[in-house]
Parts: sequence; structure tokens; C-alpha cells
Amino acid sequence: MSVSDARRRRIAVKSAMWVACLAPALSLGVAALTGGLGANPIEEITHRTGWWALLLLTVTLAITPLRRLAGKPGWVRYRRLLGLFAFFYATLHFLTYLVLDQFFGWSYIVEDIAKRPFITVGFAAWLILLFLAVTSTTGWIRRLRKNWQRLHRLVYVAGLAAGVHFLWKVKADTREPVVFLVLIAALLLLRLWAPWKRREGQAV
Amino acid sequence: MLIRRPDDVRSSEITPYRVYMNRRHFIGRSAKAAAAAALVPGLLSACDEPQRMEARPAPEPGIGSARMSSIPQEKDWKSVRSELDESLTPYEDVTGYNNFYEFGTGKEDPARNAHTLVTRPWTVEVTGEVARPAIYDLDDFLAPHTAEDRVYRLRCVEAWSMVIPWTGIPLADVIRRLEPTSKARFVEFTTLKDPEQMPGQRRRVLDWPYVEGLRLDEALNPLTLLATGVYGADLPNQNGAPLRLVVPWKYGFKSIKSIVKIRFTEEMPATSWAVSAPREYGFYANVNPEVDHPRWSQARERRLGEFRRRPTLAFNGYGEQVADLYAGLDLRRWF
Repeated sequence: MSVSDARRRRIAVKSAMWVACLAPALSLGVAALTGGLGANPIEEITHRTGWWALLLLTVTLAITPLRRLAGKPGWVRYRRLLGLFAFFYATLHFLTYLVLDQFFGWSYIVEDIAKRPFITVGFAAWLILLFLAVTSTTGWIRRLRKNWQRLHRLVYVAGLAAGVHFLWKVKADTREPVVFLVLIAALLLLRLWAPWKRREGQAV
Repeated sequence: MLIRRPDDVRSSEITPYRVYMNRRHFIGRSAKAAAAAALVPGLLSACDEPQRMEARPAPEPGIGSARMSSIPQEKDWKSVRSELDESLTPYEDVTGYNNFYEFGTGKEDPARNAHTLVTRPWTVEVTGEVARPAIYDLDDFLAPHTAEDRVYRLRCVEAWSMVIPWTGIPLADVIRRLEPTSKARFVEFTTLKDPEQMPGQRRRVLDWPYVEGLRLDEALNPLTLLATGVYGADLPNQNGAPLRLVVPWKYGFKSIKSIVKIRFTEEMPATSWAVSAPREYGFYANVNPEVDHPRWSQARERRLGEFRRRPTLAFNGYGEQVADLYAGLDLRRWF
């Protein structure tokens, strides 16, 4: 494949990913305006935005193992896009809580973050994702070099924190949060075990 | 007044119920309201305005459709208010947003799945510390009583709430007729256990069957209702047909649905949520804004249909009728 073919292919894949990643938000917006969210729309918006954030985070974490096992190093290009969309949905989720649910009730919000463990851990996950989003640019990669790699391993902490946030929120039906946590833990283990490492010190 | 008699509503005011049913417009309003309020903070205080009613075609009854198993009575429901002058939660929401894990743990699962519940024939077993233990056919059980209409708030432990027009009989009347012995200190209720009819029971999300209970004096309180209907018609399956409890000053999980057994006991019943998570759900479960759930605050609640949360009231606003039951009880310890 020529260089321009490869480039065109990349643009096509990225465009498709943009559409796929924006679709849930658009569909949510449409549902909100047409009354398709049921009797408790704010709760529904909160749930869906959080769910998509968690899903995209899990997919992001899967990129590296997948690209190594498939022998497609180029896939790393899509990792940042997916990670930033995970942050996008996490931010929508957080804003829904701040604006629609609590309506800027800062004393309630601060109390929630301080006193409710599931919110503390969720807020921590979002802060990590914020930090990762800000430092996701090529500028920062160049500036931090080896340390960028190390710092961005925090994404696993964010993933686990987000999973625990979900787990600690549900009343009794823990199926979905457990599935997410198992996936994220498995991806973390895969990363640590790194079966594709051929030489000592090879970057993964 | 808690109890509305049919002659309170003038026939000239009657409008078809379907005019009342649309409530989706809250979303459009609240989106605009939120935008406006971000600019002018005082703007949202008017959020208690009654919802705009729009005509909507009447739902078609369908075979096996849980939501259409009963159609609300044609009546001017818009004029029906709670004793605190609150508007009713729309029928669509009362029957479409339910916690009834026997039919799935999603809020819309019961409406979707409860059509498999067979509500006749239905029996109620009366047992324990009672003069004549027996198994009653439901219609025989209800026959000696006259149904009443009650508009009650229902406050879920998850911090959302509704205002619902129930039809039922005071539990006190039933208890007096059943004649518990002097050893009876509690009443325990049990829901049907039948995974064939209740697919949610195939998973042990809770220890089936669902069990709830009241202290005898709570059960005898005039507010406690054995409900058979909502919105002037039979209870839809997803609301706990054909017989459920309504205890409006307690969190909603105490208002047990689809009752098959009533047992009078000496010892405090082991209620399902208290068994499942004893640190989070207690036997009394009185609505109390000062005692938080371990994982979330109980100080405020989302009244469905409203944009901003509202303050939760002690005993869900029924303190005048029930606070005496708990004189001297540490409500933080006995949550």
C-alpha cells in the first residue's frame, strides 16, 4: 500500500471512529428532546454517559494488547482518539451530575465528594482522565518522553476507579459493573504480563 | 384531605384522562430552563408549575401487554391533588418506572415483563398468631370491605418520589377482622415466589420470596393501605397486582407487592432488603432526611417530573399521623 493510500485509510478509520463515538451522545440528545428517556431522564442521562465513558475507557485499554497480539503497531494512533472520547463522556457524566442533578448546589456537591465513597472514587477517576487528556498532545509526549509513558499508565487507575464507582453505586444488581471490572483487570494483567515482550527493556 | 370522595369532582370538570398523560414536555422545558437559569439564577423557582397537558391517543389494550392490563378511570385527574397540594405523577410514569426486581432490575423491566404474572385466581394465606389461620381466595378476602381512594406520596430509598392515587382498603380494617392473638406484635407479608411467572426470580439478586413487615401499631395506623388499584382501575401487574401494601411514611421498598401471605408474629420479621444489606436498609425504614443512606444523602429527592430536587420531609410529610409511633425511639439507630 502506498503512503497516501495508508493515509487515506487512516483518515477513513478515524472518521468512522468519530462518528461511532459521537453517535451515543447524539442519540442521547435526541432522546432527551423527544421525551424518550423515561420517567427519570436525569438519572438516565447520568447512567448512559457514565456507561459510555466506561466502555470507551475499556476499549482504549484494549488497544495496546490488541495491537501487539495482532501485529498492528499502527493502531496506537486510534488509542488517543478513543481515550479522549472516554474523557468526553466522563465529562458529560460529571456535568450532568453538577448541572442537571445537583444544579450547582456546591455545598451538596462538595459534601457528596467528601462523604460518599462512590463519588469520591468517581471524581478521582475523572481528575485522572482530565490530567491524561491535557497531557495527551504530541507536545507533551515530546516534552515528557519516557516519563509520558509512565505517567499515562495512570489510565489503568482511572479505569479501575471508574469501575469501582459503578460497582459502589448500584443497589443490588452488580452484573454490569463486575463485567467491566473483570475486563479492565484482565487488560491490566495482560499489560503487566506482556507476552509480546521479546527483549528485556523493549517498550510496550 | 387525604381521602377524596368521588363527589368532590364536579362532572362539568371531567376531562378525558388521556389529556393528562403527556409529561415528556418536562425535558424540553427543563433544557430551556437550565439554559435560562444559568443566566438568571432565580428563574427556576417556578418549577412547581403544573405540567402542560397535551392530548394523546388512548393506549390500545393488547393481549399480554402488562401496561394495558388496566386503563385508568376516565376522570379529571388533573384536579386531584395531594393534601399538600401536589400534582399527581402521570399514569405513564407510575406504571412505567418501577422497582420490582422479580421482573428485572431495570426501571422499565417490570412494565415490559410483568405480563407473565397471573393475578386470578389469587390466594392470600393468613397464618401465625391469628384466631383462624386460613387460605382465602382474594375476592372473598376483599369482599367484606369497601375500597377507598387515597392520594399518597411514595418516596423510594433511591431518593426519587411520586404522588400516586391509590385505591384500597385500610389494613387496620383487615387486621381487626382477622383477629390476631395477643402474642402478635408484628405483621409479616410475603410476595409470590414463582420463577416461571416472575423471571427475575431466576437470579438471586435478593433472597426470594420478597418479605416485608410492620410493627402491629404501624399496620393498624389509618394511613396503611392494602391497595388493589391505582388511577381508579385495577393495579397493573408491574405495580404489584393484585394486592400490595402502601406505607407512605416509609421508603418504598416497605410497600411490598403481589402479596400471597400475611403472617402475624411475635418476633420482628427478617425483611428482604435488611437481609441483603443490613448496614443500608433497616426494618423501620422511616423516611428521614437526617439519616443518610451509607452511600447517598436522603436530605433531598427528585420528584419525578420536576427539574430541581426538593427537600425530603420527615416521615415523608406524614409526621402528624405517625410520629407518635416512634416517640423515644432512636431513629438513627433504628433506621
